[in-house]
Amino acid sequence: MQNIIKLITVFILVFILTIFYLSLNRSSNYDTKFLVGNKLADIELKALESEKFFTNNDLKNNNYTLINFWASWCAPCRIEHQFLMILSKNENIKILGVNFKDKKINALNFLEELGDPYYYLAMDSSGKQSVNFGIYGIPESILVDNKLNILKKIIGPLNEKDLEEIEKIIKS
Amino acid sequence: MLSNIGNFLLFLNILLSCLAIYFSVSCLKTTNDLVLKKIYQTSLLQCTTILISFFTLVAAFIISDFSVINVYENSHSQKPLFYKISGTWGNHEGSLLLWVIILTVFSYLFLILNKNHPKNYRLYTLVIQNLLILGFLIFILFNSNPFSFVSPLPNEGLGLNPILQDPALAIHPPLLYVGFVGSSIYFSAAMASMITNYSDKLFAKSIKTWVLISWSFQTLGILVGSIWAYYELGWGGFWFWDPVENASLLPWFAMTALLHSLLVLEKRNALYFWTIILCLLTFILSVTGTFLVRSGILNSVHTFANDPTRGIYILMYLSLMILASVYILFTRYKPASIEINSNSKETFVLVNNWFMMFYLITVLLGTLYPIFTDAMTNNKISVGPPFYNSVIIPVVVLFLFFMAIGPNVKWIKNKFINFKIYLLIFLAAVLLNFIIFSFFKSYSVISNLIVISSLFLIFSSIFDIFKKSSYNFPRVISHLSFGFLILFIGLNHNFSIEKDFNLKVGETKQIDNFKFYLKDLKLTQDTNYKTITGQLKVNDLFTKEERILKPEIRIYDNPKTLTYEASIQSNFLRDYYLSMSNIDRSEYYNIKFQKKPLMIWIWISVATLSLGGFLSLIRHAKYN
Repeated sequence: MQNIIKLITVFILVFILTIFYLSLNRSSNYDTKFLVGNKLADIELKALESEKFFTNNDLKNNNYTLINFWASWCAPCRIEHQFLMILSKNENIKILGVNFKDKKINALNFLEELGDPYYYLAMDSSGKQSVNFGIYGIPESILVDNKLNILKKIIGPLNEKDLEEIEKIIKS
Repeated sequence: MLSNIGNFLLFLNILLSCLAIYFSVSCLKTTNDLVLKKIYQTSLLQCTTILISFFTLVAAFIISDFSVINVYENSHSQKPLFYKISGTWGNHEGSLLLWVIILTVFSYLFLILNKNHPKNYRLYTLVIQNLLILGFLIFILFNSNPFSFVSPLPNEGLGLNPILQDPALAIHPPLLYVGFVGSSIYFSAAMASMITNYSDKLFAKSIKTWVLISWSFQTLGILVGSIWAYYELGWGGFWFWDPVENASLLPWFAMTALLHSLLVLEKRNALYFWTIILCLLTFILSVTGTFLVRSGILNSVHTFANDPTRGIYILMYLSLMILASVYILFTRYKPASIEINSNSKETFVLVNNWFMMFYLITVLLGTLYPIFTDAMTNNKISVGPPFYNSVIIPVVVLFLFFMAIGPNVKWIKNKFINFKIYLLIFLAAVLLNFIIFSFFKSYSVISNLIVISSLFLIFSSIFDIFKKSSYNFPRVISHLSFGFLILFIGLNHNFSIEKDFNLKVGETKQIDNFKFYLKDLKLTQDTNYKTITGQLKVNDLFTKEERILKPEIRIYDNPKTLTYEASIQSNFLRDYYLSMSNIDRSEYYNIKFQKKPLMIWIWISVATLSLGGFLSLIRHAKYN
């Protein structure tokens, strides 16, 4: 019995120390800047208006895709919407809208009122999928190319300057 | 120049530490019972040189010698003298120097104050303590050197983090360090005791002073830290179960348990190995806490910079310490032979220890769990107050009852004779509780239980004073304070009022029975920061009380930082707490207002709790 207790004690201690060691090399600051230059994580998002799912393969057909996270309850999303509308007219880019923690009816009303810039429209009602993208608030947008490399990440609402930069990237 | 002196002194200290170990080991082999004079001398010299090296660093801060990188990074020539000095230990490198000072001074004091204990026990303690010192000195010298040189010489320093510019902070680290670094000495003594088989009540006597010192200072250190978070950081309460606060609480639980199990070892020669485990655990938890906050695994105001090499070093140190102590413990362990009666003081002390272990494990789990899930599953979670409150509070109720009865239970075998008195006290507590709650018209089962059990402890402690001719005064003070502490926390928690709203200049807002009016904003220029002061009139329509509160937003130049200074008005009955923060691109300010009853009594209870420890120290010194 005594030996078993000793063994368990040693095991627990070694376990704790190992976890400490592993934690050392992790960044505890939540920061998503490092995502630029990386590949997009595997995605599987449910469409808002159908039972279809979007995956990475859907995005590979486009030259460029802007993944935009939004919600009808988010005020800055209203502000940036006009820029998304402008961008949606560009042939070189498709916009994937991810509706974040929202009610479907409110989301659709929002688009009816302000226009629908989205080529794909997906939903993330629990917000969990978006976290996998490295999102920590909305609106946020991620620009990827057809190889799914992350080219740019915009935290907060898009503005004129962002729009110009995106247009410059997708032109080349 | 100062940088060279400092480095030389650190090297000298490593040498002296090695010498102390060498002399001690060679003295162990001699047959006579005398510790060689040169060991005393070496140990004293160690203390002197480490103190001089510390004052060298203080001097570098005072004269703003920016050729020392530590001064350059953490000071500024325009800073008030007081904060130049306290800045010495307000950073990673400087505070490590404080660590080593306490390790060294305690090592010397233990050596000279325990002359009536066996030579080998004292020498082994010295050797182990010096190994600990050596580890830290090497860490300082090669990884976190406060005397590192910067070239070319900068004109001006980067400045001290403004939230560290506070009088409470000047004393918070030294107090806390005496507490948890002080526990190193009974870690070493426990190891020495196992190695030399010095396991009777005399061992308990030899470490009791040190346990009392570290416990009292740890309590004070936690108190000052908590006050600092309340007044300076504007956290708006006394405890947040923040991982850093938990890191200081964990060794405190172990120390408290140790303090009580020492009684049994001293009186009955029982629980020896349990006491040893607690000695080891206290210091191991202290180093673990240091590791967690310094390595950057936990983010906090104590994480000075994110540097994984520091983490690796402290982790190696911690692992070696744990492995060595566990190895010695396992090879020396013998099952206890003394039977303990289930109705005896011994059992009650054990019950105290179980409770402490329960709290310790709960807080440890809550603190480590997020680290584990992050490392193993990549999920970032955090464990917040609801977990701790719901696990700990119900158990505290039971604990307080045991705490009230325990001290009057007899050693070896007890008979309950004063059952009637306890029943009376209990009824009085229940009665008073209902008076309090009917007066304030608020009801919750758990707060009633908390108030009843704490009143029960308070009444029975007061009763002890009148009943017994000779009672243990320090014990009564501490137990009484703890009862009051829980009582005030319970009342404070239950009757606090909190409001959160936005306001612009000239606007009035009424929420429930409070009326708020933001009269004016003032901009003033201080030596090293600008201040925006808000003038808020608060009317309590219920009590007709009118107060002007002046929260501040401070804009520091070096480094460029915003801090929010809450405006707090305390009196003996309640605190008004108001903080104001600006909202980007808006003329509105976010206002957080709290009315917290009996806040000041929470601090006073903790202060008297620690006073009990100091009194006990004096009492222990007098009788031994």
